[in-house]
This record gives sequence, structure tokens and C-alpha cells, in this order.
Amino acid sequence: MEFLQQLVNGVSLGSIYALIALGYTMVYGIVKLINFAHGDVFMVGAFIGFYSITILDLGFFPSLLISMVTCAILGVLIERIAYKPLRNATRIAALITAIGVSLLIEYGVIYVRGAQPEAYPGDLIPATSIDFLGVKVSSQSLMILGTSVVLMVLLQFIVHKTKIGKAMRAVSYDMDAARLMGINVNNTISATFAIGSALAGAAGVAFGMYYTKIEPLMGIIPGLKAFVAAVLGGIGIIPGAMVGGLLLGVIESLVSAAGFSLWRDGVAFVVLILILIFRPAGLFGKNVREKV
Amino acid sequence: MRKKKLAGIFMSFMMAAGVLAGCNSSSTSGEKDGETIKIGANLELSGGVASYGQSIEEGLKLAIEEINKEGIDGKKLELVTFDNKSDAAEATNGAIKLISQDKVSAIIGAATSTNTLAQVEIAQKNKTPLITPTGTNSTITFKDGVLNDFVFRTCFIDPFQGTVAANFASKDLKVKNAAIIIDSSSDYSKGLASSFQKSFESSGGKVVAEEAYVAKDTDFNAILTNIKAKNPEFVFLPGFYEEVGLIIKQARALGINVPIMGGDGWDSPTLVDIAGAGSLNNTYITNHYSSGDSDPKVQDFVKAFQGKYKDKSPDAFAALGYDTAYFLADAIKRAGSGDPEKIRKALEETDGLAVVSGNLKVNENHDQVKAAVILEYKEGKQEFNTKVNP
Amino acid sequence: MNMLKGAKGFWSSIVLAVVFGIAMQFLITGEIINFFYVNTLYFIGINIILAASLHLIIGITGQFSIGHAGFLAVGAYASAIITMKLELPFVLGLVAGGVAAAIAGLIIGIPTLRLKGDYLAIATLGFGEIVRIVFLNIEYVGGASGMTVTQLTTWPWLFGSILLTLLVIRNFTNSTHGRACISVRENEIAADAMGINTTYYKVVAFAIGAFFAGVAGALYAHNFFIIQPTNFGFLKSFDILIFVVLGGLGSMSGAVLAAILLTIVSTFLQSYPELRMIIYSLVLIIMMLYRPQGIMGTRELTSFFKFGKSAKGGVNDGSKNTVA
Repeated sequence: MEFLQQLVNGVSLGSIYALIALGYTMVYGIVKLINFAHGDVFMVGAFIGFYSITILDLGFFPSLLISMVTCAILGVLIERIAYKPLRNATRIAALITAIGVSLLIEYGVIYVRGAQPEAYPGDLIPATSIDFLGVKVSSQSLMILGTSVVLMVLLQFIVHKTKIGKAMRAVSYDMDAARLMGINVNNTISATFAIGSALAGAAGVAFGMYYTKIEPLMGIIPGLKAFVAAVLGGIGIIPGAMVGGLLLGVIESLVSAAGFSLWRDGVAFVVLILILIFRPAGLFGKNVREKV
Repeated sequence: MRKKKLAGIFMSFMMAAGVLAGCNSSSTSGEKDGETIKIGANLELSGGVASYGQSIEEGLKLAIEEINKEGIDGKKLELVTFDNKSDAAEATNGAIKLISQDKVSAIIGAATSTNTLAQVEIAQKNKTPLITPTGTNSTITFKDGVLNDFVFRTCFIDPFQGTVAANFASKDLKVKNAAIIIDSSSDYSKGLASSFQKSFESSGGKVVAEEAYVAKDTDFNAILTNIKAKNPEFVFLPGFYEEVGLIIKQARALGINVPIMGGDGWDSPTLVDIAGAGSLNNTYITNHYSSGDSDPKVQDFVKAFQGKYKDKSPDAFAALGYDTAYFLADAIKRAGSGDPEKIRKALEETDGLAVVSGNLKVNENHDQVKAAVILEYKEGKQEFNTKVNP
Repeated sequence: MNMLKGAKGFWSSIVLAVVFGIAMQFLITGEIINFFYVNTLYFIGINIILAASLHLIIGITGQFSIGHAGFLAVGAYASAIITMKLELPFVLGLVAGGVAAAIAGLIIGIPTLRLKGDYLAIATLGFGEIVRIVFLNIEYVGGASGMTVTQLTTWPWLFGSILLTLLVIRNFTNSTHGRACISVRENEIAADAMGINTTYYKVVAFAIGAFFAGVAGALYAHNFFIIQPTNFGFLKSFDILIFVVLGGLGSMSGAVLAAILLTIVSTFLQSYPELRMIIYSLVLIIMMLYRPQGIMGTRELTSFFKFGKSAKGGVNDGSKNTVA
């Protein structure tokens, strides 16, 4: 039973990683760029949600929507200003830029509002615990898990069944060929960033609801963990990000449960290095050919 | 053929040296007018425990304003503040800057034990008194039989705080077994935990579970599940408000409804925001003072504080910041000058100075022997429970 | 190239350096420059070593590593154990710091250097974090609350280490091995096809870079009184990275100049840490957008003194070949 409870803990932790990892994996799939700023877009999303709840006095869902839209715009802006001019530059140049953008967002937010944490109001979504065979499951973590599954399915649908999804796959496969075939590459990439960043925004609000405390540097560790999750599942593969996130959450929970709570962050990186060395394509890398 | 490369590097070195030397000559002029005594404050004004540093600063400023109305033998105190960003390396830098750049007579700070420890060696080496308002770890002033003679504190020490908590748990709450959750990135938390464990076990209690986390963690469900499985009657949680708030919230959600107790590290309004008023019911803290204390000295302070800071209720950090300024001002008065060595001696001889948080008396280890209060959280408000004399 | 002439320049710059070092020593012992500036000077020196060591890995060999703070940490802790726990002399601490970091470099380098580009970057970032977490969990070195270290770093040690670092890296770069490393940077597949053992050279460069980062760690530990795992987070790695990126990927003098410049700038901005980080990040972004090769490109300071001449065959061909 205790083990079961730890699994539940792991899954609720992992569903946050999964939510962030979905956006990571989409962006990587299409531009082959580790968007370091993704974790910070997540942070901005959490703050936008917080301010719309407390200052604009909006409910949970309008705030979520505002946060997603703002983050989508932010994502597109980042792409247009910082990444687009570097599309044909080396990957290291793009990576350094991504690190720069990430630091800029973090410290820009600190500069504007200070580094002190903010607490989400606790009365927006009823936080009840459901008792199931002696295992406590909080309604909020069920909601987060539900949201990430729904978003994953939605993303799969967008990528595989819609026109823009087809364009994304084409751009991911061969950018120049796609352009020759009449696909507007710039718009497709912007759309990818918009979707990915909106997901990060949603994850930010969900994180705020679930963990209450938000602060300007909160995106760094979840961002890195989500990247590990994306690599674990096979970067560029949407269901992979989901499974990778959940798996990482469960691994971390079990490590803590075994009495090594101080090693938890280290384990995530060990997993990353092992995966990179032994199976760089990730767990799902082999089965799925098309990457987005 | 790279002969000039190294030469170039050294030229730039020279340039750098020139810049440094230039700055130096400009900084030494224009001070020491004899009218003011400079006091450094090396505090956590931003970063993880910003709430402590900000409160201390508010208390300090209020006290210095009051002191400067009359002055100390005609001299005024001038406060030079340095923000150490809740970071130990920055705290070290701050101490260096305050001593060698600003030439302060004494340093007040930092709020946490770790950031104070980071300054101890600098203070000792440069023979500048260092007073921590709230650094409760016992090794700050006295370690391995060696006294840091320039280092003082205004607060009580962890062994006392831990003992008070342990006695409260075993005598007042009558619990037989307890779990401890330690912030292993903090000397304060470790010190408090070990003194709690020692006194709790010596009074017949048993520590059934011990878990650890590090500052900035957000998910504690895994360690809390471990604790729940051991069914403790009581949880001792010596940590800082950001993490403590999350831990209490998650513990209550997991169904750990036993009393939870901590130290002065909890004392911040942010704790209530994070944990939620409901989750905080049935939790207790040991603290330096209570704003609800009926002692006239306390009430005068609360009134003055609320007059200056728009009806804000002063927490223990503000009170200790205020007390520290008086502690130092009293010593400067007796020393008769801003000379660090004389101030040190005067601080050492402090005996029975009445301040808001009790009476200050420096013992042979440079610690204070002071009373502690136990507060209980009820619907998000701190309520006075008992006062424990040493 | 005239060997004799080259050697003469080499020796004259050494003499110049020693004169400078002795002059500074007098300024310090005579207390002509105060403690605060001496401290800044030490910080500049440590950053120079760090910048030069990362330059060898990124600038010369083209391996994008963002876990350099990990080596700094290994060196810092190893040397602190030698001097504080075993109470051995500081010089042993310096050597031990370097050697321990070099071993760490080998351990991490051999498996991860098979990775390329951003995967390597992430793996090294992960490595840096693992190192930090390992020290966090070792009670022997104080765990998370860190280890207090006596100040032993003095100007002669620091200056000697800087000199040694710059000389070794300069000579390595100009040697056969260095050229092999540059060929790995320019085109790994082509280098492989030319019979260069690319993995070997990558690992060697990595280990040498790590060694000097470890030496810097030893100096760092014995200058700042307390070392804590949080001092060595990835922000520290980024701090080092920006020296190399700003100075010019492939230019040692550029990296050194950037280290001096940025350390001074950040000392002045000490009271405004957010502003400092904002400036850093803007520098990174604007640099990559408008001058991805950095201020100096692959050129060294020397090349500015030789108008019109191609400086050194293949190495310094202006801004055409760079890593970024």
C-alpha cells in the first residue's frame, strides 16, 4: 500500500514533467533546438495565471486561458527575435542563444517584481483527497494528469490529422523541401512554438494550483527535468514525452521513498546520461519514425 | 611568433590593476568626519529567505531612527546595507566590502546561521564585531573549544530552542514518538533537529522517522508518505518558511494530521499564504518574542513599529533587528567611540540590558540566555501559548 | 618562422609577466591596494584560469561543455580535503585539485564525448549537477552547509598558476596535439578520415581543461573561506561559458580579456545582481545574433600587431572558421 502511494506520488509529480515535456519535445522535433527558455515560459505562465487570479479577479479557467495565450505570444516572439535569425547557424550558437533567452526571462522577471515567492490562492479548485484502497489521491493531481493526457491526445491529433500538423511533419523532415512544396515554413515553426509555449503556460498554472508556491527561478529545475523526460521518451515523440515524464516522476518518488531524497535531482541526470549513452533515440525512438 | 600575445595579456592585466588602483584612491577619501559611526548590515534582502532580512532591516531602521534622535554622545549611527541575496558566498563578499570599503565599526547580520558563519572568519581576521540578530546555530560564536571573540548574537541558541520544543512535545502535548524532517542545506535546521532529538529521547520519547530535503525542493510527497507509514504522534519540522509551508500543505493532504512543530524559521507571513490557514491548525513554533505579549516594552515597540510601517505587525525578526541595534548602541555608548576593539569589549560586558525580546546578557560563549515563547497557529494567526524561561 | 626570434618573444613576455607579478606583490604586501580590490584581483585571476581551461575544450576542440563548474567543484573540494582535513601543504592541495578534476574529466569524458552538439551540452550540464549533488550528500565535506576553508591563496600562487595555465594551453594549442584538436573542431569526420584519433584528442583536451579548472577550484576554495555545493550550480558554468563566448570561440587572449572585463563589470554591478544577469544574457543573445564568433573570433591579440600577414598557418585565419 505504501508502495502504491509512492507510485501515485510519482505519477502526480510526473504529470507536471509530462506537461512541460510535451512542449519541449514539439519544439525540438521541428527546429532541433533545445529551447532552454521553455522552463521559463512555464514560469511566466504561472505568474500570468497568478496575476489574473489575484489582480484581475478571474476564475481558474479564464486565467488558464489568458496564461496560455500570453505564453503562446511570448513563445512566438522568442522564436522570431532570437531563434529565427540563427536557423542556419551552428547548433552551438543556437544553444547559447537559448541559454541567453532563458537567463534574460528569469532575471527580467526578478528585476521587474523581485525574487520573493508568491502563493497561489488555495480556494479556486476544491482540493479534496480521494481515498482509494487506503491510497490518498488528491483531486488536483488527478486533474493535472487528466489535463496532460487530454493535451497529449489533442497534440497527437493536431500533428497527425490536421493540415498544420502535416506541415509540421514536413518541416521537421526536411525544411528546404517543405519550403519548395509551398509550405510556409516560418508560420509552421511559429505555430509550433505557439502550441508548445501555450502548453508550458498551462503547466505553469497547473503547477501553481498544485504546489501553491511560485517564484521566478521555479522553471529551471522542472525545465531540465522535463527535458530529461523528453529525452527519455525519445525527443520529438509526443507520447514519448508523456511516458518519459511519468516514468521520471515515478523514479524520483521511489528514490526518495528508499531514503535517498537528497539524491533525487542527481538521479534524474544519471538517467539522462545513461539514456544518452545507451539509447540516444529514447525509449520510443525506434518504433515511431515520424518526428514532430 | 606569438610573442606579443602574452605581452598583450599582461598589458591588459596592468590596465586592470590600474583600474583597481584608481578606484582605491577615490574611495578612501571623503569619510571619517567623526560625526557618524558607520554600522554595516549584511542581510538577506532578496533570495530564498528575503522575508527575514527585510524584517530585520525594518526593525534596525526603526531603532536607529530612535537612537539618532538623541545620538550617542553627539554622534549619529549611519547604516550601510548590503544585500547578500540569501547566499553564503555573497555574505562573505558583503563582509569584505563592508569592512574594507565602507570601513564600518561593526556588522549586523546575517539572519540565517549559514550566512553568518560565512562572515565569521572575515570578522575575526579584520577584528570587526559581528552581531547576528537571529543566527541561532551554536557554532557561530563558539566552536570546538575556541571562542570567536568578535562574534555576538542577540538571540538564544539552537540547543535551547530544540530543548524547549522537545519538552513541549513530551510534557504538554504528551507524545511518545516523533518524526523529524530536516533541511539538510541549513546548519540551523540540522542543529535544531539534533538538540530536539537529544532532549526528546532523554525524556523517554522515541524518534521513529527521520527524513531530509534541501532548500528549493517543491515535492515532498515521497518523504511524507514514508513518515506517514511510521505513524508518528508528532512531527518536528525545523526549516524555513518557503519549504515548511509546502511540507505542511502536502502533509495535511496526505492525511498526516498530528501536531507539527518548528522553530523561529517559520515566522513569516508567507508561511500562511503557502500552507493555507486550515493546514496550519495544530502547529506550534518556538520563537523569540510574541507581539501579543503584554509586557509594556513589547507593546511600545509594536506601536512604534506599526506607526512607521503602516500597521504591519512586527515579527520576531523585526523585534530582534530592533534589539540588535540597541544592543550595539549600548555598547558603543559604553565604549565611548567607534573603535571596533572597544566596542567588542563593551559588547562582551553587556549584562542585563532590557530589550523587547527579553534581557540581554552575554555569557562566556558569547551566547544569550533568554526566554523563548511557544506560539500556536490558529486559523492562520499566531497565538501566544506559553513562555519558557531558561 | 624564425625559431630564435619566436623564442626571444616568448622569453621576453615571461620576463614581463614576472616583473608584473612582483610589482603586484609589492602593491599587495605594502597594502597600497585594499583588501576589497585584492579580493577582486584574485577573483579575476581565478576566472582567467577558468576561461582559459574552458577555451581549450570549447574554443580549440569544439566540444560544447556546459558543466565546467563541476570540475571547479571537484578541484575545490579535493584541495580543501588535502589542506583542511589532512592538513597537508597548500601546494599539494593545488596539485590534488587539478589531478582530481582531471580524473573526473576522464570519467565523464570517455563515455559522453561520443555525443555531439546539444546532447553533449546537456550531458555535461547533467554531470555538473551530479557533482554538485554528490558533494551535497557527503557529510565528510559538510554536506549542503559546506566546508570552511582557511584562506591560503596568495598572489604568488595565484599568479604562478595563471602563468602555468596560459603557457601550457598555449603550447598545447601550438603542438601537433593542439592542431589535431583544431581539426576535430573544424570537421570531425574529415579529421577522422585523415587518421586522427578524434576520441583520444577530445578526451585529452577535456582532461587538460578539467585539470586547470581543478587548479582554479583549489584557488577558489582557499580564497572564499567557505565552499558550498550551491556555489557550483550551472549558473557558475554559464558564467565561465560567457567568458569564452564573448572573448571569441577559439581565442585564448579573447577569453582571458573577457574574463578580466566581465569580472570587473560584475564587481561593479555586485549590488545589482539582476542587472548583471540581464546584461550577461543580452550579451549572449546579441553576440550570437550579430557576431557569433565572439569579439576576437579565433584570432589572438598578437594578430593585431601583424598587419597583413597571415598569423599562424591554419589556426588564425580571421573570423572565417569558428566553432559557432
